[in-house]
Amino acid sequence: MRTAGPVIRRRNDEANGALIGYLPVGFPTLDESVEAAVALVENGVDVLELGLPYSDPVMDGPVIQAATQQALANGFRLTHGFEAVRRITERTDAPVLIMTYWNPVVQYGVDRFADDLAAAGGAGLITPDLIPDEAGEWIAAAERTGLDRVFLAAPTSSDARIRRAVDASRGFVYAVSTMGITGARTDVDQAARQLVARLSDAGAPASCVGLGISTAAQVAEVLEYADGAIVGSALVNALATGGVPAAGALAAELARGTRRE
Amino acid sequence: MALRAQTGPYFGDFGGRFVPESLIAALDELGEAYDLAKLDPGFGAELAELGRSYTGRPSIITEVPRFAAHAGGARVILKREDLNHTGSHKINNVLGQALLTKRIGKTRVIAETGAGQHGVATATAAALFGLDCVIYMGEVDTERQALNVARMRLLGAEVVAVKAGSRTLKDAINEAMRDWVTNVATTNYIFGTVAGPHPFPEMVRDFQKIIGEEARQQVLDLTGALPTAVAACVGGGSNAIGIFHAFLDDTDVALYGFEAGGEGVDTERHAATITRGRPGVLHGARSYLLQDDDGQTIESHSISAGLDYPGVGPEHSWLSAIGRATYRPVTDAAAMNALRLLTRTEGIIPAIESAHALAGTLELGRELGPDATILVNLSGRGDKDMDTAATYFELYDQENPK
Ligand SMILES: Cc1ncc(COP(=O)(O)O)c(C=O)c1O
Repeated sequence: MRTAGPVIRRRNDEANGALIGYLPVGFPTLDESVEAAVALVENGVDVLELGLPYSDPVMDGPVIQAATQQALANGFRLTHGFEAVRRITERTDAPVLIMTYWNPVVQYGVDRFADDLAAAGGAGLITPDLIPDEAGEWIAAAERTGLDRVFLAAPTSSDARIRRAVDASRGFVYAVSTMGITGARTDVDQAARQLVARLSDAGAPASCVGLGISTAAQVAEVLEYADGAIVGSALVNALATGGVPAAGALAAELARGTRRE
Repeated sequence: MALRAQTGPYFGDFGGRFVPESLIAALDELGEAYDLAKLDPGFGAELAELGRSYTGRPSIITEVPRFAAHAGGARVILKREDLNHTGSHKINNVLGQALLTKRIGKTRVIAETGAGQHGVATATAAALFGLDCVIYMGEVDTERQALNVARMRLLGAEVVAVKAGSRTLKDAINEAMRDWVTNVATTNYIFGTVAGPHPFPEMVRDFQKIIGEEARQQVLDLTGALPTAVAACVGGGSNAIGIFHAFLDDTDVALYGFEAGGEGVDTERHAATITRGRPGVLHGARSYLLQDDDGQTIESHSISAGLDYPGVGPEHSWLSAIGRATYRPVTDAAAMNALRLLTRTEGIIPAIESAHALAGTLELGRELGPDATILVNLSGRGDKDMDTAATYFELYDQENPK
């Protein structure tokens, strides 16, 4: 199974760390979202995070909201997520994680979702509105199928909760850089540096920082202390305004931030 | 265990905390502050005094025989939450949460609102306590409840019209949660109903249960017995749980929640969550939910903005699952007819939300017969709904519309 951990470790050996790119499935169309994801990998993205459009995306800012609403209006179905994973993994070597709000997984059936994701070649799940305390069924399914399970840690998380996120996660822990929702920001919070330090004290094998990263300089800055940098809204914005070529070009630019000088 | 002793985070299979990790510290802080406040007689005394000297508690009960003549001759008694300051039951909860906001030292409050009653109550408490206040309201609702938008602005609140999704209450909640995640250090989220993540369902219920505690005694004093049935409308479920709670362990008292049936539960335009939904996760809790096969929330519809919500509080899902309370749909048309009937027979203009409970009571009275006594939560007054009612009943002069 192609999971995220080994790739993140390798990129920390040979470069400053891993670049993780987010795109929603079905935006602007299913085919174009697949092409864009492949283009990201061809231009230096190491791990893909595919978002499943959802009617009530409380963790997302305006850019991703607009994209996922358009995907839903175009008729996105959950099965398109598995199809996208299959098509992308057939054409690239990058691990592909699904990022999804929890209710769609519950309705599909947690075990069935895990089986179908594994069968499609997926690496695991990032679950922004599922905390480990509520995740018993998913953790068991991930254990059984070998899928990664990525939980979030926030600057406000207590030490006990940081330990809990580390213990529950496989692949990496998603360190929320700043208090807020997705969207490009001019400076990535100092809080992220502290949070990553607390995660490694708690024994996290890998921590990747997301929310607000949009430039190669920010990628380089984050990779000074973290194992991976996650870029979402900036890539979605590039795709929305300049199509697949623009998304690929931004990925190439961001990937410069992973290089050792 | 007594049903009344049930606390969060879980009500049977329902409830929990399905939220981003970024909010957990704030929910923990709020929950701990609330647990301490519960044990502090000073907090209870301060809240009770605000209820007495600001809200106007206890609210009275009113027996309505001319209305009851249309309800199979059963006795019908209204609990008059419409007479509260700001015009609905929402103020009971808001004052409690505003006091807690002061205790945890935050200076800014945010809230979602549908009909605008919770927003008005929150803006009112913010004015009273000197807090900054931002209210999120779906754009559709800012149009149909324009009067309440003006009230909130006059009270000094900023009202943000939410343009995402269905542009109603559920999207206002999403936007308020995004604000909270971003500004949690300074901001407390005053949630308006018994839905959402723990501790909201338990805490909001506790601030609303005074409705039933007062009414239970008032009905006993008036009739010498407990009511046969208790009726309330259900949006998120706060006024309903507020009046149900004191009766939960009175097994002879039947409890009825009336959901918004919109244009009919066999159409796609309704908000009858328990009647037509199935369990799922929305806005931080596992509960009944209107959703499609993929778990995407389905847009609800109701003529009443306050009931136009595709979810419901987890304690109601539990009370339904264990058979303690019964939930039924009431159509837009039935609610509007009941609104007019109460107005014409008793001179009381109810909120359209509350009119759903009245319409349900007309049906219930005919089923239960003349020996029954039905206690109805009149959760709010109809002033805010005059534009909707005037349009519905064609009350504007044709030459001079509005
Ligand atoms: C008068 C009135 N009743 C009922 C409701 C519905 O809310 P809940 O079900 O939480 O009581 C509202 C909501 O705005 C309201 O204004």
